[in-house]
Amino acid sequence: MATTTDTANTEVVAEDGVRRRDFIEIAAVSAAGVGGLFTVLPLVSQMAPSKDVLAESTTELDISALEPGQSIKAVFRKQPVFVRNLTPREIEAADAVDVGDLRDPQTLAERTQEGHENILVVMGVCTHLGCVPLGAAEGENKGEYGGYFCPCHGSHYDTAARIRKGPAPTNLEVPDYTITDTTLVIG
Amino acid sequence: MSFPWAKHYEPTNPVAKFFDEKLPLPRLVYNAVGAGYPVPRNLSYMWNFGVLAGFCLMLQIVTGVVLAMHYAANDAVAFSSVEHIMRDVNWGWAMRYAHANGASAFFVVIYLHIFRGFFYSSYKAPREMIWLIGVVIFLLMMATAFMGYVLPWGQMSFWGAKVITGLFGAIPLVGESLQVWLLGGYAPDNAALNRFFSLHFLLPFVIAGCVILHIWALHIPGSSNPTGVEVKSESDTVPFHPYYTAKDGFGLGVFLLVYCAFLFFMPNALGHPDNYIPANPLSTPAHIVPEWYFWPFYAILRAFTFDFILPAKLWGVLAMFAAILVWFFLPWLDKSPVRSGSYRPLFRIFFWVLVVDMLILFWLGGAAAEEPYVMFSQLATAYYFLHFLVILPIISSIEKPKPLPFSITEAVLGSDEKSVMDNKSEPTA
Repeated sequence: MATTTDTANTEVVAEDGVRRRDFIEIAAVSAAGVGGLFTVLPLVSQMAPSKDVLAESTTELDISALEPGQSIKAVFRKQPVFVRNLTPREIEAADAVDVGDLRDPQTLAERTQEGHENILVVMGVCTHLGCVPLGAAEGENKGEYGGYFCPCHGSHYDTAARIRKGPAPTNLEVPDYTITDTTLVIG
Repeated sequence: MSFPWAKHYEPTNPVAKFFDEKLPLPRLVYNAVGAGYPVPRNLSYMWNFGVLAGFCLMLQIVTGVVLAMHYAANDAVAFSSVEHIMRDVNWGWAMRYAHANGASAFFVVIYLHIFRGFFYSSYKAPREMIWLIGVVIFLLMMATAFMGYVLPWGQMSFWGAKVITGLFGAIPLVGESLQVWLLGGYAPDNAALNRFFSLHFLLPFVIAGCVILHIWALHIPGSSNPTGVEVKSESDTVPFHPYYTAKDGFGLGVFLLVYCAFLFFMPNALGHPDNYIPANPLSTPAHIVPEWYFWPFYAILRAFTFDFILPAKLWGVLAMFAAILVWFFLPWLDKSPVRSGSYRPLFRIFFWVLVVDMLILFWLGGAAAEEPYVMFSQLATAYYFLHFLVILPIISSIEKPKPLPFSITEAVLGSDEKSVMDNKSEPTA
């Protein structure tokens, strides 16, 4: 870029062959280059989530009325989240599985919080390609393992929402959440 | 194209050779703004503004595309989507202020570029086509800037849209239906906002196309220069790169200093506070003026207050458009064979009178529509047209120009013999 083809300009040449002008050229082009790079920062950053989107990043739910066997479909970061109060039979079925045989080995206890092992909170986003699995609402297909079933490409999740059959690579994601008394705060 | 002594692009590495055979894009760049484009050696800083205008266009396109990612062209949410950009979007404030002040910077640069053309008669043969395309670009810029100013849907946006489309309402017979057609309604509303957004996005790319034609036309005769004497031999020119890339680079640095001073320290200095009030179709702001870059033409529009054969409203609109359209005829109005104002003692005086007249029109366009400003506008408008239609043709026939230097080299060094590096090269007349 900044190489000079001007060979007539030989007035001041130091012993090492570096002219004063070479220094000025490199300094000027470097300053322009660094400055140019800094202008890329806002151009890239502007596409990241804006402040109003980030402000929506927690979801609060009242779970006092959630009876065993009932689910709530809620929205967290514009995506569905399933909150289920598991029945004793569902907990039993989840605990009966040999964790070593699972594609994504996790126990139910690892996927719930201490003292609230019956409350299972998972993102309603299939880990295969992002469809919403069925099974949270009454009468929906719960799949072969009694949990969730993704109709897009046939992934079956068990009662702990772990992947058991089909193309999905991992269990349904458990978001960060806290439970205080009857309030569930996701995010 | 170009002079016989122009350096030829010679790809050195295999990748460059491969590219040059299949798609000679590097060759195009080399011949357009590289060492392959010989440029008069005596260009002053007034020759920086073409490159700066190109930079402004790119700046506006980049920031504009970014803003379009966050803006919503709907009259219910447009105003709040602009506030969303200012408050919520990462760096949104910088993008919007860069775009708004970028428009002003673009016009500053383009006015200087145009007045450079006036002083050095850059419009004369063989460069008429460059000039004509340039005037088209200026008209497109004005249309684009106007429609962009409507998008925030504040008070000035709304009433600007109403007043400017009202200009078309002055046309006899079809005027009113034309205005309704332009707006898609009886007053600016969602239909107008949507089409203005669509066109505001499209026109910059049309401008970019015209800029390519402008530069293409420029590269046929080559750049003009402050003496107005055409290039005769190799000693009159230097390669664009590195000489003018360095000079333009320095000019760009100075430009950016001024631009950033506005952008970061007084971003609203050139705007109107009323545009931070959401559009209200039932109340016109007390003092409604367009953006500063339209002021001279706005002053001309308002100068016509009396009916004379045609209604005053129509005269105003005709005069405003004529004020720019007259530039199209400059190559034929100014018949003087001498290009540069430096060698035209009489022309030079009237050039500066025109500059003062233009500055007065700038002042009057921003002033209130009352006396004595209206009378001043009428005088300044009269002089404006007098300059182009009467004074300029008379000067070019009666003026005795100063003797021109034999060549650019002589103008620079005092003698052509001193520096002629290669006397064998054919002078191109």
